[in-house]
Amino acid sequence: MQFNREQLLEAYRSMRTIRDFEERVHEEFSGGGIPGFVHLYAGEEASAVGICSHLDNRDMIASTHRGHGHCIAKGVDVPGMMMEIYGRRNGVCGGKGGSMHIADLSKGMMGANGIVGGGPPLICGAAMTAKYKKTGGVAVAFVGDGGSNQGTTLESYNLANVWNLPVIFVVEDNGYAESTASGWSVSGTQLDRAKGFGMPGVEVDGHDFFAVHEAASECIDRARNGDGPSLMHVKLNRFFGHFEGDAMTYREEGEIQRVRAERDSLKIFRARVTEMALLEDAQLDEIDAQVAALIDQCVKESENAAAPSEADLLTDVYVTY
Amino acid sequence: MAKKSYRQAINEAIAQEMRRDENVLLWGEDNAGGAGAKGEDDAWGGVLGVTKGLYPEFGPDRVLDTPISESAFVGAAAGAAATGLRPVVELMFADFMGVCFDQIFNQAAKFRYMFGGKAVTPLVVRTMYGAGFRAASQHSQCLYSLFTHVPGLKVVVPSSPYEAKGLMIQAIRDDDPVIFFEHKVMYDEEEEVPDDPYTIPFGEANLTREGDDVTIVALGRMVGFANQVADKLEKEGISCTVLDPRTTSPFDTETLMECVEETGRVVVVDESNPRCSMASDISSMIAQDAFGALKAPIKMVTAPHTPVPFAPELEDLYVPSTAKIEAAVRATFA
Repeated sequence: MQFNREQLLEAYRSMRTIRDFEERVHEEFSGGGIPGFVHLYAGEEASAVGICSHLDNRDMIASTHRGHGHCIAKGVDVPGMMMEIYGRRNGVCGGKGGSMHIADLSKGMMGANGIVGGGPPLICGAAMTAKYKKTGGVAVAFVGDGGSNQGTTLESYNLANVWNLPVIFVVEDNGYAESTASGWSVSGTQLDRAKGFGMPGVEVDGHDFFAVHEAASECIDRARNGDGPSLMHVKLNRFFGHFEGDAMTYREEGEIQRVRAERDSLKIFRARVTEMALLEDAQLDEIDAQVAALIDQCVKESENAAAPSEADLLTDVYVTY
Repeated sequence: MAKKSYRQAINEAIAQEMRRDENVLLWGEDNAGGAGAKGEDDAWGGVLGVTKGLYPEFGPDRVLDTPISESAFVGAAAGAAATGLRPVVELMFADFMGVCFDQIFNQAAKFRYMFGGKAVTPLVVRTMYGAGFRAASQHSQCLYSLFTHVPGLKVVVPSSPYEAKGLMIQAIRDDDPVIFFEHKVMYDEEEEVPDDPYTIPFGEANLTREGDDVTIVALGRMVGFANQVADKLEKEGISCTVLDPRTTSPFDTETLMECVEETGRVVVVDESNPRCSMASDISSMIAQDAFGALKAPIKMVTAPHTPVPFAPELEDLYVPSTAKIEAAVRATFA
């Protein structure tokens, strides 16, 4: 696919926003400003953006514990997300979801998920809605290599194929399910699993926006054309631990420095577009500055925002009692 | 008014709602299964035939078979509900809920709250419960207490064909996730049921008998047993109120407390196991809010704390009987 300048700038802005959002959440979490558990996506930006840049509001995605990147790539309000992570009343979920449950159905984001493997069945349902209502929409389930071992995921492969649903299963394989290496915990290969369910599969370098975008294009077209589900095995790395505070003793010494130096999807993107003279450094620098200011503002506003009140505790349990 | 069975009443409710709203879809194991196969001129309509006839009327786009994959198809129903459909799914026997419990209690039940009130989940999970079918431990449990414990779910336990139809139509129109418990031994029980659609609101208890001396709180199949006991004791001058909560979540505590204040004696009848059950829950609500009105200790009549046995002689002992209910009522006068 040929990209125009606006598309490339938008892709870069989205990846940069994810990166800065995550780096800043890391910083603020270590400073004690953010409650609870946080699982960061930094390093995996090209996957979320490469895939979601094909999608619009008809299309639904379901995410994982590591959901911030998917949310941003799908267009969820960034200041509202930061507020949510701080547990503020004006967060996108009113402070009731937090980092692990950020959702905005109006943007096609069915939620990060606190349950590993929780999303694939849900996305089959979203795909059924799109198919039955003939919206032309597709549904994307992001799972990690850990989630790929859940029965829910494998059952969903089967159901999506049996019902011929417009689904794309994206296995984001960062090499670790929490601390456990995927080399140890995943039997067989992701592509063989796809094949076992009679579904096309593709493996892709998850640090390369262009490679992800191209692979996704084929899978999404197939789903939109009514030709059923497919699987993407996206190989990538995460810059941080499973959760914030994870000492990462299971990772090799120097591994993260090496990944940051050699496999940084933003650097790879910048080098590619400037070498090919598609964009100029100055344009990208300008986006960097804008995003930095946005994230700064998000944190300041979140720090000062109101917490939910006691009355909010009991609302939203049911639609009607 | 025509007499209809509990099975027909549920079938009619679903059919009428499917005719009214094209977003109501039905799926589950064997719902469309068997259709067109040799020797079958119709789909099974689920393992006990509750949805029979819906596949020929509504076709394969709206009545779907699923693989035996409860997590996937119940989760898919939750996802479909959150995105604009109103799925009714059959989860065959309630005992199989364990397989997909996560999708119900971590996903469907929590969408609305976790998403800050911005989600609706109009999902109905129909399931069969209860002992008396000689089906032993893995096909006979009463698990409504488990679901009542989880905020965000509505839990319905209908006690008769009339109740089943009105509550099912309400369940399908309701915007929250509903777990609908059908007692498998009651499917052939009949009573007069209106042809036209009607709803019975959730959270409003029904008094099937009104009396001054004792309140019998009973659930599902036990309501019929309680009515029999009330009728018998009436002849002896013991007048009973029989309270059918209809829904265990939401629960009509107001009517319960009014009845307890009036009668001062309470027997709670629940087919499920006694620990952390509806019986213990209802008893504790009364102890907390109406202790002063009690003239005698609260009596619970439940199954024993064992799995459901297979041998007919044992299973008959397992299910609360009218004799045990009657003895409990008499004991409140001791």
